[in-house]
Formats: sequence, C-alpha cells, structure tokens
Amino acid sequence: MALLQISEPGMSPAPHERRLAVGIDLGTTNSLVATVRSGIATVLPDAQGRPLLPSIVRYHANGKVDVGYSAQARQADDPKNTIVSVKRFMGRGVKDVDHAQNAPYDFVDAPGMLQLRTVAGVKSPVEVSAEILKVLNERAQLALGGPLSGAVITVPAYFDDAQRQATKDAGRLAGLNVLRLLNEPTAAAIAYGLDNASEGIFAVYDLGGGTFDLSILRLSKGVFEVVATAGDSMLGGDDFDQRLFCWIGEAAKLAPLAPRDMRQLLVKAREAKEYLSVHQEASVTAKLTSGELVDVSLDSETFCRITQTLVQKTLGPVRRALRDAGLSVNEIDGVVMVGGATRMPQIQRAVAEFFKRDPLNNLDPDKVVALGAAMQANVLAGNKPQGEDWLLLDVIPLSLGVETMGGLVEKIIPRNTTIPAGRGQEFTTFKDGQTGMSFHVVQGERELVSDCRSLARFELKGIPPMAAGAARVRVTYQVDADGLLSVTAKESTTGAEASVTVKPSYGLADADIERMLRDSFSHAKEDVHARALAEAMVDGQRLLEATRSALAADAALLSPEDRKAIDAAIAALETAMAGADHRRIKQALDALNRATGPFAERRMDEGVRRALAGKKIGNL
Amino acid sequence: MSKTNAAAGKALTSSSSHFELFGLQPSFLLDHKALERAYREIQSRVHPDRFAHAGDAERRASLQWTTRVNEAYSTLKNPVQRASHILSLHGVDVAFETNTAMPADFLMQQMELRETLAEATEAKNAAALDGLQRRIDGDKAELEGRLGERIDKEKDYKGAADLVRELQFLHKLEAEIDAAYEEIE
Repeated sequence: MALLQISEPGMSPAPHERRLAVGIDLGTTNSLVATVRSGIATVLPDAQGRPLLPSIVRYHANGKVDVGYSAQARQADDPKNTIVSVKRFMGRGVKDVDHAQNAPYDFVDAPGMLQLRTVAGVKSPVEVSAEILKVLNERAQLALGGPLSGAVITVPAYFDDAQRQATKDAGRLAGLNVLRLLNEPTAAAIAYGLDNASEGIFAVYDLGGGTFDLSILRLSKGVFEVVATAGDSMLGGDDFDQRLFCWIGEAAKLAPLAPRDMRQLLVKAREAKEYLSVHQEASVTAKLTSGELVDVSLDSETFCRITQTLVQKTLGPVRRALRDAGLSVNEIDGVVMVGGATRMPQIQRAVAEFFKRDPLNNLDPDKVVALGAAMQANVLAGNKPQGEDWLLLDVIPLSLGVETMGGLVEKIIPRNTTIPAGRGQEFTTFKDGQTGMSFHVVQGERELVSDCRSLARFELKGIPPMAAGAARVRVTYQVDADGLLSVTAKESTTGAEASVTVKPSYGLADADIERMLRDSFSHAKEDVHARALAEAMVDGQRLLEATRSALAADAALLSPEDRKAIDAAIAALETAMAGADHRRIKQALDALNRATGPFAERRMDEGVRRALAGKKIGNL
Repeated sequence: MSKTNAAAGKALTSSSSHFELFGLQPSFLLDHKALERAYREIQSRVHPDRFAHAGDAERRASLQWTTRVNEAYSTLKNPVQRASHILSLHGVDVAFETNTAMPADFLMQQMELRETLAEATEAKNAAALDGLQRRIDGDKAELEGRLGERIDKEKDYKGAADLVRELQFLHKLEAEIDAAYEEIE
C-alpha cells in the first residue's frame, strides 16, 4: 500500500493532474477546436495541419458519414445529402428558415425543429451538428492523448433557448461533457482582453457565417462583465453570398436552377465575395448542368451596393445594445472584430464610421472565439489556481415571458439580465373550482405571443377547488449559467402542494437522444453498455474527487453524523465502481450527491461569509 | 389566468435584506463602488464557473446563491427597486399597481412629455428624442436627490412612496423613448 502523503500545514496539496479540456467553436461555415497547452491557447489542427473544419456533413446510403473538406469537395455533386450551414436550422422550424426555397434540401417539418431527409434517413440538425463535434472530439483526443474531461461549446450570444438547448444536446450526442455554453462575443472578449491586458468598455462586433452578435463588455481586473447584447440570429456572411448569388442569376439571365447548379453557383458566389475582400474586381464562371456557360464579372463597388442593406441591418442591433447599456458611442474604448465576414472592407468601413474609431483586428477573426473558449474551458476544468482565473458575468439576450389573457406576453425575466437569474410571478385562477392551469412559456421582445418564440406549454394540475382568484400559483423561471431555462409552477395556498417543473425540449426528449446515441453506436459497432459504464465511471471519479477536495478544505463545517453519512456514501460509490453495473454506480452517485447537499450549502454560505469578511479587512 | 400582484423581482431564497447580503447599511444614496466590490467578491466565490467540475449538490447550491446575489445586486442598482426595497423593510408598500393617485401638476407634466414623445416619434425626429431623454435624465436626478433626503435623512418612508411612484413613471417613459428610437430607425 502506498504511503499517504501529508502536505505542510497551509500549503496546498500537490497539484492534481491537469484535466484535458477544450473549447469548440461550432460555426455556421467552419468549426474549430482549441486547448490551452503550457499556458497558451492554441487551435488543434487536423492530420494535414489544417486548423478549420468546414461545417459540412455528407451522408452516404451505407451509413458512412463524411465531415469537413471531403464533404465540401463533393457538395455540388450530392447537394441533398450534403448539409452545409446546419447551424441555421438548430432549434428552428421550416417556416423560420430564410431562403428555404433556395436551399437544396428535402425538409421535413417536425414539431419544434425541422429535420432533413437524406439517403441515410431523416436527420435532425442536432444529429448533423453532433457529427461535426464528434470529428473535433476525436481530433482533440488524438492531439492530447486521452479522453476529454470536458468541453466549452460556443453559441451566438443572440441564440434563444431552443437554439442553445439544441447545441447542448448535440454536444451530449457527440459524447462530450459540456462544461458550459459560452457566448461567442464573450469568448472573443476573453481571448482579446487577456492577450492585450485591456481595461475599459469594449464592443464586440461578431459577424459570422450565419449569425450576427453585438456585445458590450466592461473589462476590469479579472472580471468580464457583459453589459448588453443584441443581434440577429438569421444574418451572416451566408446572406452576402445569397445576394451575390441572386445578382449572378439576374446578370446572367438564368432560368430557375437545379439543386446541383444552385449549390455550384452559391460556392462561386462565396469565392467571389472572399476575392473582393482583397481585390477590386472578381469574375464568376461556371458550366451548368444544361451545358450553359455562366460568365459574369463584378467590381467591389457593385458588391457594396447590392449588400448595403445587409451592412445597415447590423447597425440596428448595435444601437439597441448601446441604448440598453445606457452608453454613447464616445464611451466605447475599443471595437473588436470577430468572424470571417468582418474581413469585408464595407463592414470595416461601416463599423469605423459608426464608432468613429478604427476597429481592432489584431487577432485572427476565424480563431479568436475558439481560443477564448479554450481559455474558459481551462478555468472551468479547474486547471487554473484561484487568483489567476477570472470571473465571467454574462446575460440573457432575449426576454423570457409567459402568456396572459388575450394572447399578451408578461415578461418575467427581461433581456440583458445577468445570469444565472431566477424570478417569480404569482397567478391566480379565473373560475370558481378551477383545478388546473395551463402555461405558455415564450421568448422575445414583442407584446403579442404570436410574435414571440414559443418555448414550452405545460399544465399544473391538482389545484384544490377554491373560489376564483383565491388560489396562489407561483411561477418561477430559472436561467442557469448556460442561459438555459427551467420553469416551476407551484400552488401552495392550502398547503396541499401542486407543483410541476419543465425544461423546454423542442421535440427532442431524452428518449430521442438515447435513440440517436444507440443509432450512432450501431454504426460504430460500439457497445452501448460499455459506453454507459465508461461514462458512469468518469462521473463517479469526478464526484469522488470533488467530494474529497471539499472535505479536505471544509471538513470542520460538518457534524460527526453528516461526516459519517458522507463517508458511507463514498464507500458505497467506491464499491459500486469496483463492479461493472452502470445503473448501480448511477444510484450510488445520486446517493452521494444527496448526502453532500447540506454540506455544499454550508460551504457556499461560508464562502459568502469569508468574502464579506475579506472585503471589510480590505476596506480598513 | 390573471395576474394578482407584481411580485416579479423578488429573490427566490432571500430571507435577509439585499443590503445585509452585501454587508451594507440600508440607504438610498448608495456607495456604488462598495456595492460592486462586495458583489464581485461574493460572485468570485459562489459563481457556477467555480463549480463546473463539482458534484450536483455544489452546483445546485452555487446556482441558488448566484441567482440570489444577482437579484439583490440588480435590485440595489436600480433606484426605483432600491427605494421600494428600503420602504418594504420599513413595512411600507409602494403599491405601484393599486395607488395611482398623483399630484395634478406632476400628471400635467407627464402628459406634456408624452405629447412631445408622440410628436417626435410621428416626425421620426431623433434629435427631439435625444432632447427628451436629456430632460428625463435631469428630472430623474432631481427626483433621486429628493428621495435621498426623504429616505436617508428624514426617514419619512410613507412620504417617500409618492416620490418612488413618480420615479417609476419616468422609468416607464424612458422605456417608451427606447421603443420610439427603435420604431424610427
């Protein structure tokens, strides 16, 4: 038996092994994975040394899946089965998608979220995104030499609850332990702020392939505080391609196009756009399926003119964010440009003109989000000692509300509220003897329910019959650090408590995720049980480690009985983990979590007490 | 389903006052720097980012604490909510929804401001909106000064309730100005 090591009093025990954690930028056009190695954030390239992974997934009839460059190379040959810009479909229905008629897919309108019919079967955008994440997961494991402890996945700040939940589900489906969903502009601010040791108020202008975000942050001594965020989750570089594509169609007087030609010309349009970022003129040549030749050219002035409304469209959210922050343009200390689409000179000019200063471009706009996510993942994994880490305070982008009489929205949590956030509101019955109440949870800024996004509908049953207006039903919204909502409704007037908690699901129930997991394993010939056991072991290990370090730090807060209960639960979990039954491990895990509940609360109270004590000493 | 009261904005688990939570004396004229320092100090110990790798129990406790701290902080930062909170600590209900009695001259002034707002919106006149916003800023500062006197010095909590309702009026008007900017853009 190994000798027990005891550290010097006051010294921290030997640093535990570094946990392998990554940041993933799951982009509309390209995706990246990055990690912190020897204190420096770096993007992990593929075997050929390429840092980007095109966010393109191609399905084959035999179940094989190509992701990235190989799928990109064949997109014009097989447009129906080659999914590009899938991020635009996350958490969206068919009617939400712009240019659906111009997309060469076979959409299936499913409740909550659309699906795509491919040669390999009907796929949800969550499954398609999971394919991209799986490739990045494998890339990272290969580069880092072991399974990942956790990942931070970035999302546009303006993503609503449905889009966030879909992204988290995709991570889970790809076998990742999602430590946090992080807003893309916030990730960029972390990378930028730490790199430049910046202090002050910064605006992050993030125009990606399919989404636009504008976040205003206050950076000061180890705190990144988002003051306001605004954006458009349906506006990005893709729309510039689309404008150019339409212009080509008109200039060359083309008849309606076949899917293959459509995709070919969209690719040409994108290439021309990128060319025009550094050149004055670009030509577009293509041979259509019919044999017809397309040969047109355009100068940068024309490109500016046909995309002018898109550029202007980004300035609306910029103004709104400034107003919400209560700031004027003069109070902004710097503007950070993020996203490949900000390479377009007309964007740079418009931003410079609006903010009356040159925007900052010193970090690669394609990589900065992944780098910031890696830095945050490193902190969340516990690899940075306290004092060297930082505090991140983010907000929800869109108000959360509930439907009231007449199809109106009552806002419960307004936009730009710092998360985690929880708010409650009381409601009462409308009729005598009413025993049920139905709720409709919505997200958005408009006053009418029909103009907002519907997140969930649920019913509270078992309210004791009373006179109208006598019942007191408290509806509580809780938004966690990922920006994800859960809702609880509780009737407690009579003490006979009726309560219900919902998490919006968008048609993807836990059972669906399990089915998708099973499907993906049957292709990979991996054993579901082996996988479940491995996951339970990782969870068990993590909880044992966390519990031991909590005991090492604060055992003094425990009564002998509490200590005994926790020790017993630890022993039970260890015994379960010596076996191979993942359900037993899960049960022992839950038991330990329950046993440590009061301890965790006491530790947190103690933390607050120490924080205040420290502050007072600091003030002397 | 109908609303019974505007309980929105009350903390979930709060038993002590928001001021106590940050180790501050209840006062309307607040040391904002001290509030921010205490807020950040507490957040740096309870925030979920500190517990991303911990067990369920600690993550749950962290979520509850952070939610409470955020709620307390946003309440104290907002002058209307801060004043209402102080009044409620002294058993005075501001009664935003039920007490709509206002001094006649204040109401006249509000009607006039609203007319200006409607005209500026109609004419899509951003400069007029800017001017209106500046005027509201001035009115707010003056009202907050009087509130500070009444709450902190005179300790006249009942009398302060009228001023809080007036301030609430100005905040609502401000929200309408924001909406007007969006409309004319």
